[in-house]
Amino acid sequence: MAKIKGAVVVDTERCKGCDLCAVACPLDVLAMQSKLVNNRGYHYAYTINAEKCIGCQSCALVCPDGCITVYRMQID
Amino acid sequence: MESDIRLMKGNEALAHAMIRYGADGYFGYPITPQSEVLETLEAEMPWETTGMVVLQAESEVAAVNMVYAGAGSGKAVCTSSSSPGMSLMQEGVSYIAAAELPVLLINCMRGGPGLGTIQPSQADYFQTTKGGGHGDYRLIALAPSSVQEMCDFVALGWDLAFKYRNPAIILADGIVGQMMEKVVLPEQRPRRTQEELIKQCPWAATGRTNGRKRNVITSLELDAHAMEIINNNLQAKYKLIEDNEVRYEALNCDDCEYLLVAFGSMARICEKVMEMARKQGLKVGLLRPITLWPFPSKAIAEAAKNAKGILVPELSAGQMIEDVKLAVNCKVEVRHFGRLGGVVPNPDEVLEALRNMMNE
Amino acid sequence: MKPEEIIQQGECVYKKPTLLTDTNMHYCPGCSHGVVHKLIAEVIEEMGAEDKAIGVSPVGCAVFAYNYIDIDWVQAAHGRAPSVATALKRLNPDNLIFTYQGDGDLAAIGTCETIHAANRGENIAIIFINNAIYGMTGGQMAPTTLLGMKTATTPYGRRVDLNGHPLVMAPIMAQLDGTCYVTRQSVHTPAAVRKAKAAIRKAFENSMAGKGTSMVEIVSTCNSGWKLSPAKSNEWMIENMFKKYPLGDLKNE
Repeated sequence: MAKIKGAVVVDTERCKGCDLCAVACPLDVLAMQSKLVNNRGYHYAYTINAEKCIGCQSCALVCPDGCITVYRMQID
Repeated sequence: MESDIRLMKGNEALAHAMIRYGADGYFGYPITPQSEVLETLEAEMPWETTGMVVLQAESEVAAVNMVYAGAGSGKAVCTSSSSPGMSLMQEGVSYIAAAELPVLLINCMRGGPGLGTIQPSQADYFQTTKGGGHGDYRLIALAPSSVQEMCDFVALGWDLAFKYRNPAIILADGIVGQMMEKVVLPEQRPRRTQEELIKQCPWAATGRTNGRKRNVITSLELDAHAMEIINNNLQAKYKLIEDNEVRYEALNCDDCEYLLVAFGSMARICEKVMEMARKQGLKVGLLRPITLWPFPSKAIAEAAKNAKGILVPELSAGQMIEDVKLAVNCKVEVRHFGRLGGVVPNPDEVLEALRNMMNE
Repeated sequence: MKPEEIIQQGECVYKKPTLLTDTNMHYCPGCSHGVVHKLIAEVIEEMGAEDKAIGVSPVGCAVFAYNYIDIDWVQAAHGRAPSVATALKRLNPDNLIFTYQGDGDLAAIGTCETIHAANRGENIAIIFINNAIYGMTGGQMAPTTLLGMKTATTPYGRRVDLNGHPLVMAPIMAQLDGTCYVTRQSVHTPAAVRKAKAAIRKAFENSMAGKGTSMVEIVSTCNSGWKLSPAKSNEWMIENMFKKYPLGDLKNE
């Protein structure tokens, strides 16, 4: 059976760490950095469970700053 | 081609002149004594002929913001009102000046303050030439004293507005708006095509065509130093206008011992006063500022060089007189004569005031 | 398969729209404005209307919308966006004209212009961000502030006897003969974002088709003003805002 796999890339410098992507993600792929910050001082989003991503775009759709690029691939 | 001579009110002439200039739009709200502008435009239906847009707005506030937008897209647009309505528009006028938009404004003044009266007045001189709205800005102010000038200043006002990207205002009053006179209407000019408009106004919000940066019409700049630069640029433009666009009419000023300085309808009355005085052997001249800003200060100083006194008759408590005093630097006595609240003086009253000044 | 391989070999299914500029938006983290800006940029791109669109930005948090969406803009005085849009559309009937207004701009200082533009059936789209508070000036009461809601000017909660009732604009707009489409949407979930985008697209298409005035109200959050986290703000919105401002189409002709 074909399987869909996804991957997300976060523009960490644009990210404001609002956490909405992490909340929207159905598979807990994303989380906010707890200690690290970007140049503007925000705890930015990162992929804590990258391998779980199915490329559903939920995170990107709700991101207010357009920080997330989503890729998807069908694996036979 | 034979000239197109008509008999009409000043307000009607404004409307015909707009259509014939090739105007793109008029947005206004009825108020006495200038409602004939909108009425004439609606009756002429220019949208059927030239494609000019005419809209009765829900308020003067809406109307002034409509012309802000229209000029923001590079169109030749106009709004007109009378004193209380102009007061309502002042926020928008400030925005228009700040965004450097070529709007034509018309104020057909009536007596104030407050709701005041519907009779003629010139008491919005301060509002027009000293600000009105907030901030350091200037309007190119044209003061017509005949129906012909009401007609001609429409084209002049727009031409200057586009030349300097600055709002121009025709500061008329209830007399020139309401009286009927012979007027020679100009030939119909075609409206600019969109290509011509974009060439003339590359800064306008017309839709971002490929290859150019977005155009933004705004007056906002939160950085104080950047805002100071914007202000300095505005002031440099105003200096340029002051150097190049002063207009006035000087009658019998070469030998005058007493000088009348008056604008608009009051200047017409003063022409009669001067004629009467000259018949009595009095050397009286008349200087009529046509541009109230930029003000003809040098011309007044020159005309008053040998004068013993200056009388400034106004349909106000004395507003332009302040600029006349500055023009002569108080070297000559400058005296005010005025009627208030919509009362129009006859020439005898003005002549008497002039004689009183001479006899003291 | 590793994420790097998917990024290299897979299909890019979502990215920031080209029309959304690289300028960092000044909005607070989690602000609904950003999502709506993104949707507008996507819709204009998908319609191929980059050279036709002229946006009208308000006074309020979204005043700088012109820094973020790469189209021509006219910035309007507070409340006057519908008047500005009226003239733009009448003088430029082939252009796509839309306003972007907050609740203070549209429902307080600009109520008159909003109602009259819609009543004339101006062929414009109005995007109305309703977060029930004045964000830019520091969280004061808006006309749409809910009863009991605490703001900087209703520190003990909005009271009917002191402040009157929340003003519900959408039904007022829907009953005007000049409107063709009035809808309430939100952008708090992926599904809601998709629906809001479709609504904006419809409103923009109505403008181009000359069908009359469309208003898309986006029930939004203001987490700074509400003093909640972005995620908690969404929960509060679902629980409280949606009761007074229920989602869905009020008019679709």
